[in-house]
Amino acid sequence: MSETILKVKNLNVELDNEKIIENLSFEVKEGDVLTVLGPNGAGKTVLLKTLLGLLPYKGEIEWQKGVKIGYVPQRLPFIKDIPMSIEEFCKLKEASKKEIKEILNSAGFGEIFLNKKIGELSSGQFQRILVAWALIGNPQILLFDEPTAGIDIGGEETIYALLAKLKEERNLTILLVTHDLSVVFKFSNYVICLNKCPICQGIPKEVLTPEILYKLYGEEVKFYEHHRH
Amino acid sequence: MENFLLSLITGIFIGGAAGYLGTLMLSKRMALVAGPLGHLTLPGIALALIYGFDISLGAFPFVILGIILIWLFEMRTKLPMEALTAVVFASGVAIAFLFLPIAQAETALIGDISKVGFWDTVIVSFLCLFLFVVIKKIYLKMTLINVSEDLAKSEGVEVKKYNLLYLFSIAIIVALGVKVVGGLLTAALVAIPAVTSRNLSKNLFQFSFFGLLFGAISSFLGILLFKIIGFPAGPLIIIVSTFFFLISLIFKKI
Repeated sequence: MSETILKVKNLNVELDNEKIIENLSFEVKEGDVLTVLGPNGAGKTVLLKTLLGLLPYKGEIEWQKGVKIGYVPQRLPFIKDIPMSIEEFCKLKEASKKEIKEILNSAGFGEIFLNKKIGELSSGQFQRILVAWALIGNPQILLFDEPTAGIDIGGEETIYALLAKLKEERNLTILLVTHDLSVVFKFSNYVICLNKCPICQGIPKEVLTPEILYKLYGEEVKFYEHHRH
Repeated sequence: MENFLLSLITGIFIGGAAGYLGTLMLSKRMALVAGPLGHLTLPGIALALIYGFDISLGAFPFVILGIILIWLFEMRTKLPMEALTAVVFASGVAIAFLFLPIAQAETALIGDISKVGFWDTVIVSFLCLFLFVVIKKIYLKMTLINVSEDLAKSEGVEVKKYNLLYLFSIAIIVALGVKVVGGLLTAALVAIPAVTSRNLSKNLFQFSFFGLLFGAISSFLGILLFKIIGFPAGPLIIIVSTFFFLISLIFKKI
């Protein structure tokens, strides 16, 4: 059996006196692709940040000993204001040139990209670079925060193809946040539905029933209707 | 002649270090902070002028006070930076004018590099070299922090330690900068070479190097112009620097 890489028990996160995540428990095993599904504001990004140790929490978060984590944030709004080549961006992480070339190559970038300026990349290319960046140093698990907007058409398709390929090549475990149902079905073997409280979790085809989805997204719809009056 | 050479050396060192640090401040979106900090040093400069000691020495405790205020404002409250500038630093100017000797107001406000002595120059040069080494050491990690604090933390970067070193460097450069351009123009000393450099740079190396270069050259030419036409060096340095910035706009890809 594969080993447990992350164990979360009764996780509660409160920011500015507002409960963001309540009583969440789950486990991630080596080789899993776990998706966290939920509407905007459901606490998905907060969950990733909490797992990374960036936010205060109550409960238990237990990583496998010595685990290396790669993190792909949702967006980096300021990076394009800093003149920086892709190679330099990778070197912020103390990587050798050989390793940088290798990783860029497996993310589909040839050597000419080494000197390319970050600000000149398309949003899809930029996201692939972020994934490559996260993989420098050979992490066992990748935490991927899906951007909700701003990826060029077709870009979304390739990023999941890339993740699937990298998962095979590097024996990765992936924990990814998304609001996109098709990604959950196509890509993951386990899903957690989150809307502050955990709503369901399990194998996507089994747990994602219409009732559950209504429960997950329905409240948000109501909220918007209420807002208009 | 000797005095002129000394002021050239002092100016080039301070200008270069300020331009170099300025690139980090620009990527942290803090380029303007040196302005209010400079203003806050004015009471210290006034004291130094009255009692006849080095104005950087007078400025330094006030910069530290300013850095602590920035830190408190950033960490402890949610007030925006402009509020800090409006309330605290403007009062620095106000207080300074209560007792600043009017005859020496110009030195306090726009600097006077022409009177630096030999030991002044030696100490400033060493401080600037030291600063250069510190900034070079923290440059990559600071850049990562500027890209995203979360990302830096997730990589195990000790963000607080680096921020502290960074703020400390700003304190030194502002205290030295008032020698050259006075309490009013310090923001320009760090900000203008950095934006000029950003307009022209393709990568991080060029960005930091051109920042240093434009800072140093602007000081050099400004002080040279001062020698030739006799206007105060501080404003001339800033004007030269602005001139480079305007030229860089032509090269910038839109």
